[in-house]
Amino acid sequence: MRSAVIVGASLAGLRAAETLRAEGFTGELTLIGDEPYEPYDRPPLSKQVLAGRASPAHTALVMAEDLRARWLLGEPATGLDLRTRQVRLSGGREIGFDRVLIATGTRARPWPDPAEAALDGVFTLRGRDDAASLQAALAAGPSRVLVIGGGFTGSEIASVCREMGLAVTVAERGPAPLAGALGAAAGSVAARLHREHGVDLRVNTTVMALEGDADGRLHAAHLSDGDVLPVEVAVVALGAVRNTEWLAGSGLAADPRGVVCDAACRAFDADAIVTSDVFVAGDVARWPHPHYDGLLLAVEHWDNAVRQASTAAHNMVADRPRPHRGLPAFWSYQFGVSIKSVGLPTIADEVVVTQGSVAERRFVACFGRQGRCVAAVAVDAPRALPAYADLIEAAAPFPPDLRAADGPRALLPVPAGLAVDGQSTHSPTAAVTGPGPTAREVPRERDPRSPLTAPPLE
Amino acid sequence: MRVLVDLNRCLSYGQCVFAAPAVFRFHGAESLEYDYAPADAMREQVREAAAACPVQAISYSPDDRA
Repeated sequence: MRSAVIVGASLAGLRAAETLRAEGFTGELTLIGDEPYEPYDRPPLSKQVLAGRASPAHTALVMAEDLRARWLLGEPATGLDLRTRQVRLSGGREIGFDRVLIATGTRARPWPDPAEAALDGVFTLRGRDDAASLQAALAAGPSRVLVIGGGFTGSEIASVCREMGLAVTVAERGPAPLAGALGAAAGSVAARLHREHGVDLRVNTTVMALEGDADGRLHAAHLSDGDVLPVEVAVVALGAVRNTEWLAGSGLAADPRGVVCDAACRAFDADAIVTSDVFVAGDVARWPHPHYDGLLLAVEHWDNAVRQASTAAHNMVADRPRPHRGLPAFWSYQFGVSIKSVGLPTIADEVVVTQGSVAERRFVACFGRQGRCVAAVAVDAPRALPAYADLIEAAAPFPPDLRAADGPRALLPVPAGLAVDGQSTHSPTAAVTGPGPTAREVPRERDPRSPLTAPPLE
Repeated sequence: MRVLVDLNRCLSYGQCVFAAPAVFRFHGAESLEYDYAPADAMREQVREAAAACPVQAISYSPDDRA
């Protein structure tokens, strides 16, 4: 391989570039990014940056010395031609490659009504520019903030609003915040955290319409519970959309669910034949995780971006491919607690508290599926978590008999309460995305405005 | 200089907070927060923090880039 092109200049793209160099690749290395910035870290954007404790311009990622890369920033890729081996940029330039890595990630799912989304005061949060403008809006002291969607991002934003002393309403279509990712049972703890911290939490509720004044400034939101809420700021936190449109017509197995690749991160083409020179990593990838029976997973976690990118880059230059098979893992800081997870809670059918105390907001919950451990979530108990990764790797019996000193007297599993796909307004950040690369049926996205139950006939 | 903590790996032992309190802090009992771009004068403290981390979650820029 003489030239490698990495499309996507964020965490996954950077880590892949570093791995290529670390493994001895001496050829031409190009990174293409749609944002004009060098790679920066996104997790603080919904935490300390939004709270004003850190500048959105100061989360640049630590970078290996001597990367010797050509950076093409501020110009998105708009096409991939596998026959001529070229990536096309929006300005018309064509960048040739011997091998290419697709790491274009995701973007915030927009509010479905473009006119309402364009109102002054309506925000999404994904990049540092988003964080800068939302931070300025919050610092101006709006009378009320509406957060649409109670996933991790929405909950972290609500938490920051309360820290700043702002009145905040969270509208979540599912039965609880975080229910899409962790289920209704664990979500009930999240609901208590929201309410203890003064969030006006509306579950089983959607936002039907956002209303502007004559100057195009947001001033009210119509909720499905009938309330018309005066708000100056609304944050749309409905999950992410994978950036795959630029691959239309490329012949790859790419659709809104992601780009399908094998466990060695090699992309599948639309005929379900694995390619040898196109690789995929990070939020945009769907792959059959060896630990989950070949189900195609899409994992939008920081840790997955790092490890999948490193595996993909290794496989771009190595003689023997290695699989990407680490357990999904993530963290979230909100309402003063740390929430850390390992495994895949979204496939669980039951959950049980195995250590600590929910009442004291310091506990570990283990998730099971058909009598096997599949995930664990630790609330303010991070040091307990690594042991659970071993149980999950080993598919240990559920509920696990840990005999922990801080364990409950009896293990009492309850239904995990994972929603049917599309029920929560937020999408889980690690999810099973359906069968193989050639499946024709892409599930239709549910309109986030439609409530779960039909309104009564009048 | 630049600092990055792998918060997935971080288990909140807090050794970095003792070693470099101007760079690392807890925001809540177990939620580590840190300065991504501390002044270069902090380099020695950050180096000590990274060395003290029981799970080796801290990396920092090797040179004096902003």
